[in-house]
Amino acid sequence: MQQLSYFELIGFGPKGWGLALLTATGMTLAVALCGFLAGSVVGTFVAWAKLSRNLAARTLGDGYTTVLRGIPDLLVIYLFYFGGSAALGAIGSLFGADGFIGVPAFVTGALAIGIVSGAYQAEVFRGAYQILNRGELEAARSVGMHRWLIFRRIIAPQVLRYAIPGLGNTWQLVLKESALISVTGLVELLRQSHIAAGSTRRPFDFYITAAVLYLVITWFSTYLFQRAETHSMRGIRRAS
Amino acid sequence: MDFGFMWDTFLQLLSGIPLTLNLSFTSVAFGAVLAMVLALMRMSGIRALDGFARAYVFVFRGTPLLVQIFLIYYGLGQFRPTLQEWGLWVFFREPYWCAILALTLNTGAYASEIIRGGLQSVPHQQVEAAKACGMSGFLLFRRIVFPIAVRQALPAYGSEIILMVKATSLASIITMMEVTGLAAKIISQTFRAVEVFIVAGLIYLILNFAITRIIMAFEWWLSPHLRRPSTVEPRLEAAHV
Repeated sequence: MQQLSYFELIGFGPKGWGLALLTATGMTLAVALCGFLAGSVVGTFVAWAKLSRNLAARTLGDGYTTVLRGIPDLLVIYLFYFGGSAALGAIGSLFGADGFIGVPAFVTGALAIGIVSGAYQAEVFRGAYQILNRGELEAARSVGMHRWLIFRRIIAPQVLRYAIPGLGNTWQLVLKESALISVTGLVELLRQSHIAAGSTRRPFDFYITAAVLYLVITWFSTYLFQRAETHSMRGIRRAS
Repeated sequence: MDFGFMWDTFLQLLSGIPLTLNLSFTSVAFGAVLAMVLALMRMSGIRALDGFARAYVFVFRGTPLLVQIFLIYYGLGQFRPTLQEWGLWVFFREPYWCAILALTLNTGAYASEIIRGGLQSVPHQQVEAAKACGMSGFLLFRRIVFPIAVRQALPAYGSEIILMVKATSLASIITMMEVTGLAAKIISQTFRAVEVFIVAGLIYLILNFAITRIIMAFEWWLSPHLRRPSTVEPRLEAAHV
């Protein structure tokens, strides 16, 4: 058998894996994005708990961020992968279904990423909230705004603005963490490279391609976050 | 919640701790040397060296660690005949050394930025004062620049070490039976994910807590000038006699 050249191997020809790799890259982006958004929701609530005046809420929030940032992400993924199916199976047996019910790998992955990145995003949001000018909150209250309205009009826009650099870092973490989801069998970029490497016996070619694709994504996201930061700061005078 | 099972799991997972610590400390130690070299390259002012270090950091920070591990462990197998010829195959066929290599290369990239930050935070006055006293070259580096830089970089380096302890869990994917590997094995045998997760998570938390404490103690030891002087109550009556 004639050895295919590298470009035939990863190209879009009849024997090329190009399309599969691109689809898998899309999957990586999708699971990372869903996980990141889930993490934003979790992070908002955890940050709220950490900033709360209620001691119990504060302790819970602090505990959450300490624990989730102190244990390996892979463990969390295993918990959701195995634990999720076990929990679903238990719920299923209540309704008469028996046997193993698998959670879709995409959901497992996005949830695990969301839970972990929520801890990081909570710290980012908390830091950003503390930069807020207290006077603006008091002013909003004095003109009769409600808590939700204050959140929507005063807190959220400003916290998001200050959080952009931190969120950028978290996004990079999430993107790299998404590679771990391959252990659950979700066909994202790394998993697809693994499959292709196995069936062609050209592991180096495929893993290096995966590495390059990851680099392109991180590089492009850095660029986007920088754009977003300059855009969001356009009305703010900064001491230079 | 079955506490008997959790205790058994705990005892089984304990046997993975030596490997977890071994992987972490070996790669952090090698990584620190690599990071130092990279940081000095970045600051050398020589364009080729600076460019190389920049590219290195960009590549290793921009790709997932798991990809790096796979690239070394599975990927290099593609060049097996060549590696065998060079006598390097004994090294690359061992998952342990592949994991160490990948972790070292990875932490080297992250830590080089931390060290560079530390080196750049050394105040110019200190360097000038040292030069005025006649120190230069390695003596200046050893006595003035390095100690101050280490002190500055230590907190960030501490978080990097914690990250490395967490990162060693990825070695379980290439068959290393450290804490996470054992945990995954027990979960897949018993399907009791929650209990095993709690026990394994606890072990990591304890490890990381201990490491944080050690680094804090080290920091305290390195910065005597920031410690509050032990307050010796002046004996007034004696002074006035």
